[in-house]
Amino acid sequence: MLRLENITKRFGPIVANDRISLEVRAGEVLALLGENGAGKTTLVSLLYGLYAPDEGRILLEGRPVQIPSPKAAQALGIALVPQHPELIEAHTVAENLALGLDLPFLLPRRALVRRLKALLAGHPLGVDLEAPVHLLSAGEKQRVEILRALLAKPKVLILDEPTSVLTPQEAEGLFQEIARYKAMGLAVIFISHKLDEVLRVADRIAVLRGGRKVGEVPREKADRDLLVRLMVGREVEPPRLGFPPGKRPLLEVRDLFVPRRGVPVQGVSFVLWEGEILGVAGVAGSGQKELVEALAGLRPYRGEVRFLGAPLPRDPARLHALGVAHIPEDRAMGVVGTMSVAENLALRRYARFARRGFLSRRAMEEKASELIRRFGIRAPSPRTPVRFLSGGNVQKVILARELGEGARLVLAMHPTYGVDVGAAEEVHRLLLDLAEGGAAVLLVSEDLDEILALSHRVAALYQGRMVGPLPREEVGLERLGAMMTGGRA
Amino acid sequence: MDPAPRPLKVVGAYALFVGLALVALGVLFRAYGVAPLEAYRVFLSVLGDPLGLAEVARRAIPLLLIGSGLALAFRVGFFNIGAEGQLLLGAVGATYAALFLPPGPWTLPLMFLLGGALGGVWAGLAAWLRARFGASEILVTLMQNYLAYYLVVYLVAGPWKGRTAFGFLYTDPFPEAARLPVLPGTLVHWPTLLLGAVAALVLHVLLFRTPWGFEWRVLGENPLAAWYLGLDAGRLLLRVGLISGALAGLAGVGEVAGIHHKLLEPAQVSLGYGFTAILVAWLARGGPGYVLLTAPLLGVVLAGGDALKLAFSMPFRVVDVTSGLLLLALIGAEAASRHRLVWRR
Repeated sequence: MLRLENITKRFGPIVANDRISLEVRAGEVLALLGENGAGKTTLVSLLYGLYAPDEGRILLEGRPVQIPSPKAAQALGIALVPQHPELIEAHTVAENLALGLDLPFLLPRRALVRRLKALLAGHPLGVDLEAPVHLLSAGEKQRVEILRALLAKPKVLILDEPTSVLTPQEAEGLFQEIARYKAMGLAVIFISHKLDEVLRVADRIAVLRGGRKVGEVPREKADRDLLVRLMVGREVEPPRLGFPPGKRPLLEVRDLFVPRRGVPVQGVSFVLWEGEILGVAGVAGSGQKELVEALAGLRPYRGEVRFLGAPLPRDPARLHALGVAHIPEDRAMGVVGTMSVAENLALRRYARFARRGFLSRRAMEEKASELIRRFGIRAPSPRTPVRFLSGGNVQKVILARELGEGARLVLAMHPTYGVDVGAAEEVHRLLLDLAEGGAAVLLVSEDLDEILALSHRVAALYQGRMVGPLPREEVGLERLGAMMTGGRA
Repeated sequence: MDPAPRPLKVVGAYALFVGLALVALGVLFRAYGVAPLEAYRVFLSVLGDPLGLAEVARRAIPLLLIGSGLALAFRVGFFNIGAEGQLLLGAVGATYAALFLPPGPWTLPLMFLLGGALGGVWAGLAAWLRARFGASEILVTLMQNYLAYYLVVYLVAGPWKGRTAFGFLYTDPFPEAARLPVLPGTLVHWPTLLLGAVAALVLHVLLFRTPWGFEWRVLGENPLAAWYLGLDAGRLLLRVGLISGALAGLAGVGEVAGIHHKLLEPAQVSLGYGFTAILVAWLARGGPGYVLLTAPLLGVVLAGGDALKLAFSMPFRVVDVTSGLLLLALIGAEAASRHRLVWRR
């Protein structure tokens, strides 16, 4: 159905796709597996007309095609479900679906809904067409994106990291849907960095690494070990656990209130011990962001917070000087894309590179080179603007800056979100090393496996209140789920 | 979007758009009854003779001062479009020092000091309103232009009206001590020119080589990151507002002390430099130092228009269309070079 021949795409000095050849047949699911920065997203952008390939060609049903724009891609029958839903929040589902359609200028709401239902006959809707989008869950929004893609009657359906916003149950539903599309004769390209789901849905698995295709295996011949080896190029160590945390309290939080519209943080109290990793789970929007940002000095709060016995300052610069690291929820907040890797690594400490009032670029770049080496950041040079790096490497820049020098308290929010297996494992090892060295980590994550694998104690936020913390041994996946959704330990 | 276009593409885009503008101008000149080629020759003649170049330099002086301040302000995300008003306030400050303080060797420094301060405070007010209340500096500075305009009208028609001016609206002439030296035979008040060149270079170094500039760039490129780092955005904005306003104020001082030697009606003091400088700053792409190239470029456009006016006694309306079309072509070329161009049949 769709074939890529020797596709190459460069961004300045970076080769994002290096002579990649792929084929996906009708009624087949091809999984594109790879770490962040392996070139998956670039490849999708080429297929969807966001970029033009520098070399190579794309064939659809045997004919070479040019895809100059997303509109052209749709006309050719290539549909994309983006990683993060791109919907108009204030409008209803039906209105969002209508956007891509050729409809008469005047169309009453009911007629629109009727028409959409007719067009989507045979597909389970799964969402209320008249609901405004901002009330939908992440999974439902994705459902809307998929319906919108299906409206165009595509031949090729591309799903870009579709499960990153889904709960396990929602993901299972998606996999069943994908099986249905296969039966309908669609060619499906499924992009992911999660091994289990790739093994679950794919017929064939192509593995990308560093912009190259490093392997392609049929489902029957694939197993975890083989895929991990291909993807990472080396064996992944499972994290270790079981060192006892120290006996000195590092952070004491008592009756913390953080005001906000919606769900504020209400009366949270806990103690974080030296050498301890405290995992905090919670349904998105339960106050995690507010809790972390308050402790990081970014939001006003009431209550008593002590760090090594003294009141915690409320100013990010002073917190950094004390050794409080903050890994923000949103990567885009933690870096300045147009500034260089070296400048981004110095974002907290630029004043230290001033010599008689002038910033020494050389000193900054020397320091950066050291951090780039230590943290394995893949960047062509310290002068490369951060926006040329992949998501995983941007995250590493943030980690290197925040954890690179004597962090004693780490406020980590989704530290491995959107990061591939290899990088996630490195992040985990880093946090464990820090804790072993006596630092304390407040680990807020939506990845429950991550929380259970790393934490000494586990807590959940439920509607702004903290449930727990409980010792790790007493909490399993099921109990943690109940804490998150029921508010009881 | 193509944030980092290749040089060849930029040159190509400029050639294309300026070419288009020249074709359109050819039609205009022909309609007016002047041979297009002859008109182009006259327009470019400003580059050929010393007097023409002096005229370019005269026009470039305020553009240099204001443009470098605005290039900085835009980079930091402070969209000051009130340079026209800040320039006028600078002229007011200079006039006060020239006419109402005892003259002496201190007069000129005092004029620059007072004019720069007034311009800075005028823009600083908008920066403070943004930092404190979140008021849009675009609207505030735009409206401040009108306040400054009518303040000057009021002064020259009322309390500061010259004893010798009779029916005209201007002040008494400045004393000798309040007049800037010029290059012989021209209107190029070189101290201001020097000031402008120094300002562009200093701001460039400040922006790219100092902790202040580092903070400014973080704030301008990603305000969310500035918040995350705990930078004091209000203070950074105020600082940049004061600087860009002060430079516009200095430009105003230069115009009255170097050329007019009195305060007159606002439209005659400024000739729209505050607005043209927005383009100067924009073409400089966020680097105050590059204003050293873009300010003379627009100086050529303005001075070339003057040459047309003189050579063919063209009415200013036709000349304004000429400059307007050329400026539009520059904007178009800049925009085009930052976008991907896709040719489709």
